[in-house]
Amino acid sequence: MSNQNQTEKRAIDLVNASLKKRYAKERRFRHVGQAAVIMGLLFVSFLFISIIGNGYTAFEHTFVRLNIEFSEQEIDPEGKRDPQALSTANYAGLVKAAMRAEFPDVKARKDKRALYKLISSGASLALREMVLANPEIIGTKKEVWLVADDDIDMLIKGHIDRNVPESDRRVSDKVIGWVEQFESKGAVEKQFNTTFFTNGDSREPELAGIGGAVMGSLYMLLVTLALSFPIGVAAAVYLEEFAPQNRWTDLIEVNINNLAAVPSIVFGLLGLAMFINFFGLPRSAPLVGGLVLTLMTLPTIIIASRAALKSVPPSIREAALGIGASKMQMVFNHVLPLAMPGMLTGTIIGMAQALGESAPLLMIGMVAFIVDIPGGPFDPATVLPVQVYLWADSPERAFVERTSAAIMVLLGFLFIMNFLAIILRRRFERRW
Amino acid sequence: MPNTVLILVLLGLMAVAYQLARKRSLGVVGGGAGVRKLHSLPSYYGFYAAIWCGLPALIVFGLWNAFQSTIITDLMVADLPAEVRSLGQAELGLVVNDIRNLAEGNITSGEVSPEMRAAADHYLSLEQTSAAALAVVVLSLAVLGTGLAWRLVSPKFRARNQVEFVVKGLLIISSTIAIFTTIGIVLSVLFEAIRFFEMIPFTEFVFGLDWSPQMAIREDQVGSSGAFGAIPLFAGTLLISFIAMVVAVQIGLMSAIFLSEYAGKKMRAFAKPVLEVLAGIPTVVYGFFAALTVAPFIRDNGSLIGLDVSSESALAAGLVMGIMIIPFISSLSDDVINAVPQAMRDASYGVGATQSETIRQVIIPAALPGIVGGVLLAVSRAIGETMIVVMAAGLSANMTANPLQSVTTVTVQIVTLLVGDQEFDSPKTLAAFALGLMLFVVTLALNVIALHVVRKYREQYE
Repeated sequence: MSNQNQTEKRAIDLVNASLKKRYAKERRFRHVGQAAVIMGLLFVSFLFISIIGNGYTAFEHTFVRLNIEFSEQEIDPEGKRDPQALSTANYAGLVKAAMRAEFPDVKARKDKRALYKLISSGASLALREMVLANPEIIGTKKEVWLVADDDIDMLIKGHIDRNVPESDRRVSDKVIGWVEQFESKGAVEKQFNTTFFTNGDSREPELAGIGGAVMGSLYMLLVTLALSFPIGVAAAVYLEEFAPQNRWTDLIEVNINNLAAVPSIVFGLLGLAMFINFFGLPRSAPLVGGLVLTLMTLPTIIIASRAALKSVPPSIREAALGIGASKMQMVFNHVLPLAMPGMLTGTIIGMAQALGESAPLLMIGMVAFIVDIPGGPFDPATVLPVQVYLWADSPERAFVERTSAAIMVLLGFLFIMNFLAIILRRRFERRW
Repeated sequence: MPNTVLILVLLGLMAVAYQLARKRSLGVVGGGAGVRKLHSLPSYYGFYAAIWCGLPALIVFGLWNAFQSTIITDLMVADLPAEVRSLGQAELGLVVNDIRNLAEGNITSGEVSPEMRAAADHYLSLEQTSAAALAVVVLSLAVLGTGLAWRLVSPKFRARNQVEFVVKGLLIISSTIAIFTTIGIVLSVLFEAIRFFEMIPFTEFVFGLDWSPQMAIREDQVGSSGAFGAIPLFAGTLLISFIAMVVAVQIGLMSAIFLSEYAGKKMRAFAKPVLEVLAGIPTVVYGFFAALTVAPFIRDNGSLIGLDVSSESALAAGLVMGIMIIPFISSLSDDVINAVPQAMRDASYGVGATQSETIRQVIIPAALPGIVGGVLLAVSRAIGETMIVVMAAGLSANMTANPLQSVTTVTVQIVTLLVGDQEFDSPKTLAAFALGLMLFVVTLALNVIALHVVRKYREQYE
């Protein structure tokens, strides 16, 4: 009896002696877990801070005020106001003349060329549009805000440090002197950058915009939606409501699950070999991109739609069949409307995936440098994520800013789509 | 008639057919009162007519467009002068291309001879004839179909069953698209890969240690012999995936454990969706982040402590790829950890185990198959990931295990080989398809194994 007591005592002593160590271990484990979560959250915030911090300045651009003389003999020497003559006139000369008037003491050829470079080459286009819209300004003198070159823009925004030695800087001391002269007159101003939203791609950062890419993305998503939604829903309906349990059905299911995990670039190879080489569809067209992304998003939509169909209780089906509906009528008139919110949620998530996808589009030639804004799904185009990829390769500092801004726009679209999906789910989801 | 107009007209005809047949079905039974005598609802008769009007016409339309250009080209080639026709396959193709460009008003590669001009005119006239014939055939088919359906309408006619038969056919076709996609992938990758292996032996590709796919365009060009040993690519892919998995498994698994076992409700409600945001970010954004922020950061810090870090280090790409995969691992592990029944936890607490001991010795072993399956799926993702490595990893095929050096991966090489000019008779272009085949096979195998592991070793509770 006393012997047993002693062993019992010893066991609890052992436990007590180890407790401190075990609790310490427990605390350590907990802290490791906490650290992991905090690391994850830090990554998220670091990612967003770095992109927003790089990109928010791109929504503004530097403009320089110049006193432009719309001289008649320069623009329209014949005085007929012929639109053809007006649109081919030398507007760059007007800008140069204004710059010479602003800095009369710049004489050397090299300096003059540097001086002209202060203003973007797109400024002459802006002047042409002004004249074409209102030919009456010919012969007058007017103060005009013109787009500054991207180097000047970077200088004003502080991305180019004025204090580093001249040799380490893209902008020479002389140019900084001129810019400071403008600044002292209040002739330099940052304005909202509409070009960024309306223009297509360009080699000049100050003229490059995401307008073309957004339209390309839009056409591509329209093609994807028009194909993947009906096909996905039809496939889900068949598999969930009609398909017999046999090998063929199993094969289809295995295929769908596998396709969901195939790397996206393999779909690009499929698009290149099938749609472009075999069927001869046009390269770089949103149509082909849409076809490839349809195949890619189909598994997502089918899986979500099947889950939505599964969540409709059998009582609905039995009630419909009970009052004499055919199976097809039961599915299309009763089950499908109830499952629609879930299917739409899945489709929106699939579309968000498609919007962010870029790897397969590289394969089918949507990486081309395209200045024009596409007018339809057959025109060559690029899409937002690919535009990000293209700009990320450009060496100019101003493109870093624009890339980040394009990413912000892309993330904005994705956020809206996911938000819509969440709303849809909250609003229409029924618990049976 | 342009194709879009034709389709619109066809849709209009279908609507007309629907209305006509619907009206007629009501007419044959004497108006709304007699509707009970019909076998099907009037709208089914309408749909039946619309299907007869549209379906045959659409099928002809699709086939016509698929074969039109080949047939027209053949017809045009048959009319070319004999000396042109006797040219080789490749040169003839060039001439045909030129003629087509001429007909479409594009720029041609050479001088325009009168024969070519004539051929282009011939081509254009053939095209016009074809378009006109297509319109006539499609529209008459539509009208004929409508007429047939119209004649069939009678009270005893089982229109609903017929319509449902067609609809079911469409559903079945939709569901087989997944199979056709898989077949399409296999065929498109396999055929080009086989052509590649005819030029480069399979063993050289799989076991070769040297990768430099630049082919000589001229015979006398230096330094571009073209070596297609893929081992350096596999090694680079594995290195980057390994770094990614080290990051993702540790952080993902530990945060899943913490969030499901320790964290309070509020913390969970906040941290889980925020981590899941990572899953919704496009990969190109990660690529930009890796190339612009992480890689310079690692390089600068490495040089501070005297390490020589490449500006396209495997570490940067792997690290960012790991961040991308965190939510994948954590949400999958979260699911399996939550699936472990509460009774097992209670039993473990009951015998005096601390929470961490319970997790390590009870929950993790019980959830292991699910976690392993999730990790395998994540590995297949890391191997197939493209944009991050294209933007942040290098192009030079180094064989190294040093994460600070630059390596290249299978996906990077596929992209570099296929972006830009392609010649489908050069091993340089075809090599991309061989790599794609490898990628497809490996990821497929990983997925199958992952599913198998999950199914086979899953503990059945209750």
